[in-house]
Amino acid sequence: MTKQVTNVLIVGVGGQGTILASRILAAAAQRMAAEVKVSEIHGMAQRGGSVVTQVRFGEKVYSPIIQPGEADVILAFEKLEALRWIDYLTQDGAVIVNDQSLDPMPVSAGAAAYPEGIIQGLQAKAKKVVSVDALSLAQAAGNAKAVNVVLLGVLSQALGGGDDLWQEALAEAVPEKFLAVNKKAFALGRRL
Amino acid sequence: MEKKLLTGNAAVARGAWEAGVRVVSAYPGTPSTEITEYAATYDEIYAEWAPNEKVAVESAIGASIGGARALAAMKHVGLNVAADPLFTVGYTGVNGGLVIVTADDPGMHSSQNEQDNRLYGRAAKVPVLEPSDSQEAKDFTKLAFAISEQFDTPVLLRLTTRISHSQSLVELGERQEKELAPYVKNAAKYVAMPANARKLHVTVEERLKNLAAYSETTELNRVEWGKDRKLGIIASGAVYQYVKEALPDVSVLKIGMAFPLPKQLITDFAAGVEKVIVIEELEAFIEDTIKSWGIAVTGKALFSPIGEIFTETIKEKILGEETTMLSGGENLPNRPPVLCPGCPHRGIFYVLHKLKLNVSGDIGCYTLAAVPPLNAMDTTICMGASIGVAHGMEKARGKDFSRKTVAVLGDSTFLHSGITGLINTVYNGSTVTTIILDNSITAMTGHQQNPATGKTAKGESAPSVDLEAMVRACGVKRVRVVDPFDLAATEQAVREEVAATEPSVIITKRPCILINRAAMKKPLVVEKEKCINCGICLGVGCPAIARKDGKAKIDVAQCVGCGVCASVCPKDAIVSREKDGE
Ligand SMILES: Cc1ncc(C[n+]2csc(CCOP(=O)(O)OP(=O)(O)O)c2C)c(N)n1
Ligand code: SF4
Ligand code: SF4
Repeated sequence: MTKQVTNVLIVGVGGQGTILASRILAAAAQRMAAEVKVSEIHGMAQRGGSVVTQVRFGEKVYSPIIQPGEADVILAFEKLEALRWIDYLTQDGAVIVNDQSLDPMPVSAGAAAYPEGIIQGLQAKAKKVVSVDALSLAQAAGNAKAVNVVLLGVLSQALGGGDDLWQEALAEAVPEKFLAVNKKAFALGRRL
Repeated sequence: MEKKLLTGNAAVARGAWEAGVRVVSAYPGTPSTEITEYAATYDEIYAEWAPNEKVAVESAIGASIGGARALAAMKHVGLNVAADPLFTVGYTGVNGGLVIVTADDPGMHSSQNEQDNRLYGRAAKVPVLEPSDSQEAKDFTKLAFAISEQFDTPVLLRLTTRISHSQSLVELGERQEKELAPYVKNAAKYVAMPANARKLHVTVEERLKNLAAYSETTELNRVEWGKDRKLGIIASGAVYQYVKEALPDVSVLKIGMAFPLPKQLITDFAAGVEKVIVIEELEAFIEDTIKSWGIAVTGKALFSPIGEIFTETIKEKILGEETTMLSGGENLPNRPPVLCPGCPHRGIFYVLHKLKLNVSGDIGCYTLAAVPPLNAMDTTICMGASIGVAHGMEKARGKDFSRKTVAVLGDSTFLHSGITGLINTVYNGSTVTTIILDNSITAMTGHQQNPATGKTAKGESAPSVDLEAMVRACGVKRVRVVDPFDLAATEQAVREEVAATEPSVIITKRPCILINRAAMKKPLVVEKEKCINCGICLGVGCPAIARKDGKAKIDVAQCVGCGVCASVCPKDAIVSREKDGE
């Protein structure tokens, strides 16, 4: 990426582990760029809400917030959330999306329908869409909860940075006792 | 020096530590909560959760008068609760440095209003500092203590959500120990009664003049001349960053001290450019002051007083640039936060919904019961208001109204400011039924301890308030405790207490599932043959249960087996997996 600032938008559903993913990414970004800013809106303890974390890095970064139309990558932990935030993607940006759907309350309560054909819809809009069955890969790595780190592995390919750099970032951000399984999950994603 | 990626909140805590702070007192509130959580991790800092913001500020005032550097932290609406001590400590001044952090929430990411607390600085006549990133959050915190001691004043440090919850690189420093200042009895300074206060007010006005002079020369306010000398922008806080991003060439006057403002500096800046625009979120705080000096500026004519201002808004309003973006993300089903699977609040609100009661509500996780499918809350005003509001309804509409009405609030909220409302019902003879949702934690803000949980902010064990004894001591005779997972018992309690013509209290007792993972059980399952697709179980509003192919279906990944949905199923179709033979 030749732009001065790289913008990554991480979107998902509360409880899916977007925060850990952004921590690892921030640790890697610190090794790739002079300046890193991260913005995450959190507050409510309950689960199930739409969550978004923004990571920006480069020579000089002013705002911690990505503008619509400026995200180089959208890393989506859930399909509907990928579509919800699509207006943040640059014209030639990439969407990395977990091929999984989680019904929001209006859908499970029967007040709304979960949109059909999201991946095709994304493909029609974005230059590049990488759809990942992250749940299966996380299970293969030994923990269904490692979906976040599988996706981060996929992202690591898009962003560049050598193996060592990402291994260091993982070691810095992931608690010791979960490191082994997360390294496996990361490798499965990175290999894709 | 080591550089670390810190949130603004972590940076404030670090700044307090480096400044030699000894005492931090706070009440949780997004986006301020983590300041105290981080402060509590430093051994040299005594950090506590006070029952409310007023007590937190009073505790910090005591520590300051006692000679220590002290900090109190709260969300913007918390300062309403703490306004009383703030206005008077503005008169008395301090001994050890005193900093009060207010974290405002433009855009209302998690708040009930978006008040602009810079106005409190002006009203209470205390200086206001506004950092623009985490480095400044740390530096300004330290400087705030120096200003506090130099000018003998409390200092307001105003953050916003984007400062509190954004991370940027911070250069770490060492702790500078600060000796306790001597405790000297000085009634003329610290006893704010009329004779003293009249003199103190004179001092305050003098102090404001000195602070205004300081504001002219401090590095907190600085001009950054750009290539463009036509347009000059005045900005502070997070907006400064958006301005630099959107308009790299313009000249900027960055304001770090929002009150009092540097009149001469601003006058000179305005003279050096052709046109001045103030870009500030919420109120026209800086703009109005400048206008009052007779200097021509624009601001709110371009930028709304509602919500946040972003880089793209600035590009659009100043440069006329439209953002190009992909479409398709509109009109999707939204994804609001919901009560967790296994939440102890679910059962009681299901009962209130079923009984079609009027619900005078309050603020906490349980406020989510106001939305479908539970729809079980009629009012939410501010923390602790539920009981007072229900009381007022009865006084307006008569005792019969209380036969179909309840007041509902959480344990933390009851101790924060609900208890005075309860005392009022007893004293002034209303017959309100109050339901205290005791989930043994302050959950909404991310699970902080409170006086009823038996633990301190530092994680040490503490005496815990006995809520039942407490409400009895208030004069309530009808008090009962129920398990909110026992829907039948809960419904019976509500029916009986609401019918009673005297004040009554029901305490629903069960810990928040997120702090009581041991209570999580195997997921339940819907027996397809028994399910008649009546949809009653969907009415409990659990994210783990949904309708799939004409039957209710439970998501095994989310369900924690609490049994609330099973209790409402008329066909006993929701069973444990063992029974189902799986
Ligand atoms: C004056 C004020 N201070 C703080 C807050 C932030 N806040 C909202 S709800 C809440 C606590 C809720 O705790 P509790 O009543 O125990 O309910 P729970 O979330 O545990 O269900 C807090 C601190 C606020 N809204 N107003
Ligand atoms: S955090 Fe606790 S109290 Fe809040 S919704 Fe979840 S289970 Fe309920
Ligand atoms: S038992 Fe029912 S209400 Fe409880 S968590 Fe499972 S699906 Fe939700």
